Amino acid sequence: MATKVVMEALSPTMEEGRLVKWNKNEGDAVKTGDVLAEVETDKAVMELIARGDGVLRKRLANEGDSSPVGTVLAVIAAPDENIDSIIGSAAGAGAATSGQAAQAQGSAGAQAGGSNQAVADTKETAAKTSIPQSPAQSQGEASTSPQQKGAASQGAASQGVAAHGAPPTSAPPRASGPPAPRGNGASRSGAPSATGGRQRTSPLARRLATERGIQLGGIQGTGPSGRIVKRDIENAKAAGGTGRSAAADRLATEGDFKDIPLTQIRKTIARRLAESNGPVPTFFLTSEYDAVRASELRTQLAEMGDHYKVSFNDIVIKAVALALAEHPEVNAHWLNDKIRQFNRIHVAMAVAVEDGLITPVLFDADRLSLWEISAKARDLAKRARERKLMPEEYTGATFTVSNLGMFGIDQFTAIINPPEAGILAIGGVEEKPVVVNGALEVRQRMRVTMSCDHRAIDGATGAKFMQTVRQYIENPLSLVI
Amino acid sequence: MASYDVIFIGGGPAGYVGAIRCAQLGMSVAVVEREGLGGTCVLWGCIPAKALLEAASVATKVSHSADFGVTVADVKLDYGVAMKRSRAVSTQNSKGVEFLFKKNKITWIKGTAKISGKNAVSVTIDGKEEKHEAKKAVVISTGSRVKGLPQIGLELNKTTVLSSDEVLVLEKAPKSLAVVGAGAVGCEFADVFAAFGTQITLIEALPVILPLEDADCSAELTKSFKKRKIDVLTGAKISDVKVGKNSVTMSVESGGKKQTLEVEKVLVAAGRAPNIEEIGIKESGVHLTERGFIKINERMETSVKGIYAIGDVAGPPMLAHKGQREGVVFAEFLAGQKNVHQVNYGNIPNATYCHPEVASIGMTEAQVKEKKIDYKVGKFAFSNNGRARTSGETEGFVKIIRDAKYGEILGAHIIGAHATELIHELAVARENEYTVEEVDLAIHAHPTLSEAIAEAALDSLGKMIHA
Repeated sequence: MATKVVMEALSPTMEEGRLVKWNKNEGDAVKTGDVLAEVETDKAVMELIARGDGVLRKRLANEGDSSPVGTVLAVIAAPDENIDSIIGSAAGAGAATSGQAAQAQGSAGAQAGGSNQAVADTKETAAKTSIPQSPAQSQGEASTSPQQKGAASQGAASQGVAAHGAPPTSAPPRASGPPAPRGNGASRSGAPSATGGRQRTSPLARRLATERGIQLGGIQGTGPSGRIVKRDIENAKAAGGTGRSAAADRLATEGDFKDIPLTQIRKTIARRLAESNGPVPTFFLTSEYDAVRASELRTQLAEMGDHYKVSFNDIVIKAVALALAEHPEVNAHWLNDKIRQFNRIHVAMAVAVEDGLITPVLFDADRLSLWEISAKARDLAKRARERKLMPEEYTGATFTVSNLGMFGIDQFTAIINPPEAGILAIGGVEEKPVVVNGALEVRQRMRVTMSCDHRAIDGATGAKFMQTVRQYIENPLSLVI
Repeated sequence: MASYDVIFIGGGPAGYVGAIRCAQLGMSVAVVEREGLGGTCVLWGCIPAKALLEAASVATKVSHSADFGVTVADVKLDYGVAMKRSRAVSTQNSKGVEFLFKKNKITWIKGTAKISGKNAVSVTIDGKEEKHEAKKAVVISTGSRVKGLPQIGLELNKTTVLSSDEVLVLEKAPKSLAVVGAGAVGCEFADVFAAFGTQITLIEALPVILPLEDADCSAELTKSFKKRKIDVLTGAKISDVKVGKNSVTMSVESGGKKQTLEVEKVLVAAGRAPNIEEIGIKESGVHLTERGFIKINERMETSVKGIYAIGDVAGPPMLAHKGQREGVVFAEFLAGQKNVHQVNYGNIPNATYCHPEVASIGMTEAQVKEKKIDYKVGKFAFSNNGRARTSGETEGFVKIIRDAKYGEILGAHIIGAHATELIHELAVARENEYTVEEVDLAIHAHPTLSEAIAEAALDSLGKMIHA
């Protein structure tokens, strides 16, 4: 049976993608999981993976073409299969709206799934997973287009529940996610795979895949006789997976957050402040921290060897993560009708890239050691600059830290990345005269400014958080223990 | 000089199983073993100890037989007879390994081996040295030994301060025995001798007995031991040890109280050391770990090409079944097999054969907590299990710790009759990544002790039926 290769929504906010490069030529044999092409999304260059086996019979898009999500880009089929009708209809769909293309995809997905079990599983996942608005969406980078709405409603119709109950402003990424994997999700383990044999999967791997929306078809099992086991699912996730955003998954798990209903006073504060000061009524808190000990710690760690080296930025991220654990009211999103406080702490760090900026996320930063933060931050920053980040690596933060210290900036204010309730701007560490116990001393100092969304965070709340951050930064031993 | 594909140094569980698997895969194999085949396990460990524990079990059963309507008059306990039976069982098992060697055409070189250069092993037999070539691999499977506690004055002397080796051949049970170290070995011998009428003091430096097991199991076993009048001293510090000809005295401080203890004999059941001396490891340049074991990778390779290590000598857990599996995995890698299922060190069952038995697999609750995993516990007491009531063995429970979200079985802990047999349902479940739901879905026969496992799985899901 022929498989259509479509422009997939490779990030939660993606509406269209530009085909950068074809990796396969017409006539090449392809297998499920093969990389067919590279596609540039709104933030990164990603791989487009084959969802079926056969021969790449026809390429319908050229390198450099931009196509809306859902557009048929190529056809994989048996060497002698007649694909004229598919090409014909694909051309039609491409010319019309991508909504129709998505519709075709949706039904293709449903066919692939087949069993009732598949549908039930999908529903369960969707119901459990209400996905918060991703930062990029509310910044207006991805205002919902008519096409996407079409796709969203189509997705919702086929799933029955997805869009239902989500906050009005947050178009659920899953509705715009790749429709193809949905039907043939985890539950197909017992069904014949495209290669003819039975797909061997452990029950635990199956549950993990279902919960995380990872498609088993493209995964190479490493268990006995090629069985897909837990580590394969985890590796698939780490490698970007093929399903919906893992970041959203991380955030949206039931029990990982607490929604605080708005009191009358909160509503009034929010309305009045927004009237007075733009949609995100921001105020700023600046503090100067003593960085002598932090700086000594860095020196000492560096002396222990390269392996132990950490940057000021790592120290700040760890301090912020621990402080967020103590101040859940700051580790929050403003969702217009409620404040969502997160139990897990995912700290984003702003990284300057060639033509803009991106905020990769250190997930569960409070549970990472200083060295883990250091290693992850370095890796994320490097891949951010190479535009190699997966969407789930730069979405799903609960709070953000921006550091311009390395550019010699003493102090600045950062702009909140909604719906996050705050952002911390870190200036450089500098020697300054300071009065200590009545005497003048030269000490290393760092200026930190927090921007707070006043609808969610009040002055005193922010100030207490800043005090806790100070404690950690000025007593950095607490960050290594 | 003879030439083989593989030469194993040491014929214990790791070595003999590795040898059989190598032979099955078409390699020519020799095993150098100076004592009997089967190693510590068959001769001085697992097998004879379990034979004695069975004797203890019979003694305990007989003492309760009147409750079952069977009156046994004139019960006599004779440790010497039990000991001789256990030796016979050992010999039988060792002969069994000899038979397997013949069947698989494995050469047993009865002597003391030393690595001598690349691909070469020299063996000393009755003072004469001969050289053998190992074309593919030399495998160190020399095991471990009891090392005693000379640092606190308990140096092994074979008369009053004993290791498990000597205890296994005692002619009669001592009147009183201090067991130092309450791991599996300590708890098992405390059980054996208590059944044969010895006054036991079980002494452990850590705060609980069976410190590697789940805290609930440790507590349950302590309760049971105390009921059987075994004196359990935990968090204990031993000092002022005086070793006499016919007795040993020592001060033991535990729970804020200091007492003087005089016993006929002391069993040192703490600490084993790998047998790495005298086999030419230093000269060969094989690297050791910080704790003095041989460093290996997942293919059992040491830092020197062509030299491998398996079993106790290659690091903890020092368990026969861990060594056996390492032997198999080694052989399959060496034969160039594809998709070798590597040793899953996180899924090795622990088994202690005292009464009640204790068995476990995976993480304890404390370890799960430490890892900050969101978990749920399911527990089912054998007092609620029909089969346990019929045999009058209602002590203990099954405890299953599962991941809160996905139901993965993170750890399972069983204390009770036949726990060491029951645990394997959960070992299979974990190795194949079955969750608690799959365990429950499999129908368990009634009445069996295994039902307690299904009930514990159900309890973790909040759906227990029989309690």
